[in-house]
Amino acid sequence: MSSPEHNILRITNARKSFGDTEVLRDISLSVNAGEVVAVIGPSGSGKSTLLRCATLLERLDSGSLCYDGEPVAQLDEHGCMVYASAKALQAIRMKFGLVFQDFNLFPHFSVMRNITDPPINVQKRNKQEVYEEAQALLKKMGLQGKEDAMPCELSGGQQQRVSIARALALNPEILYFDEPTSALDPELTGEILRVIRALAAERMTMVIVTHEMNFAREVADRIIFMDEGYIVEQGSAKTLVDNPQHERLKAFLNKLET
Amino acid sequence: MELSTIIELLGTGAITSVQIFLFTLVGALPLGLLVSFGRMSKLLVLRWFVRLYISLMRGTPLILQLFIVYFGPYYVLGIQMGADYRFTATLIAFILNYAAYFSEIYRSGIESMPRGQYEAATVLGYSRTQTFVRIIFPQVVKRIIPPMTNETITLVKDTALAFTLGVAEMFTQARAIVASQGNLIAFLIAGIFYYGFNAVVAFIMERVEKAFAYYHE
Repeated sequence: MSSPEHNILRITNARKSFGDTEVLRDISLSVNAGEVVAVIGPSGSGKSTLLRCATLLERLDSGSLCYDGEPVAQLDEHGCMVYASAKALQAIRMKFGLVFQDFNLFPHFSVMRNITDPPINVQKRNKQEVYEEAQALLKKMGLQGKEDAMPCELSGGQQQRVSIARALALNPEILYFDEPTSALDPELTGEILRVIRALAAERMTMVIVTHEMNFAREVADRIIFMDEGYIVEQGSAKTLVDNPQHERLKAFLNKLET
Repeated sequence: MELSTIIELLGTGAITSVQIFLFTLVGALPLGLLVSFGRMSKLLVLRWFVRLYISLMRGTPLILQLFIVYFGPYYVLGIQMGADYRFTATLIAFILNYAAYFSEIYRSGIESMPRGQYEAATVLGYSRTQTFVRIIFPQVVKRIIPPMTNETITLVKDTALAFTLGVAEMFTQARAIVASQGNLIAFLIAGIFYYGFNAVVAFIMERVEKAFAYYHE
């Protein structure tokens, strides 16, 4: 008998427009604890917007958004979108981490301060404990000895690993990646892939928006293919890539191969 | 008049000039930041009020503003101010004028910050105040040092405008001495003073710039 699956994230019937452009059209998606989900699709398919709505950087126009079964945003009886109070949203933000495409490290903070400042000043945790955890995270990211370096002194791959450590330092339940290798030289994508694979082995729940099919196939339990604001197809990494059903997915995969 | 007397008179003038300079900075640097917040406010009324204030301060001569602040209480409100109001009026006019210029420098710095910095801070759970104080403002300071240096150097020279209200600063003293002596020695000394003052200002600002050179973006 298997234990009931625990939805960390659940989005239902999500819609989002920018002006007259519908970017998300009726998206429903659940992510279970320990699951690694890759979201692929052509640019403009809405995958980054989906991530930005899940991380509260954008607001949904309609639909619902839940973390751990707790409603964050939903339609009220009049059909108006209602978000939780600012205070509640602040607590929800501690449940997830986000790794940006262009890192967005704080350039005036050292590597160590980038990682430790949020737990110390946002979560008000014990400094000593945070520093020890940060040291362990740096080791895990292969960045020992870089504590006092400034972000500008690091390579893109190293900066991205610092930003992953920064997100992990807040102990999120789920970690989102927004095209984490797109700003990197191709030879540096391997180091990010290794880190994500190591996190997957520890059963870290992750949602990764990516262009890298190899990446998605290797690390993801499930791949979601989005196009024009819809989830066109989803399934296990193998079946989706090796046996695509929809024409648009086939065309997308063909284009990547050439 | 003995040279030592001249030096003594100019010395007291120099102290007054430095006072005008320092009090203006102490008042206008924080006030300018507040004004820039008003200029970027979501409240339309406040935003337009602040815009009007900035455009008046930048669009009219500082010398005119000095006179309005000095004579305003009497001609508009009928209040007779004491003799020491000269100095206070000078400071009020200078602070109001410089706050307007500083506010636009702050605004340019704040608006030049990439959106990603705000987004990263938001996702990491920083409050709006924390985001500004810990993440945004320290980076803004680095970005605005060069235009701030320009304004500060202009301020050193503008202190001479206090002469128009009869404040006994450097230029006022020098002019009085020149009138009584019939030679330009006092002007020469005043020129050396302003030049030296600005050399010190430039030196300090360079040090500040270097202090922020520990990172680049």
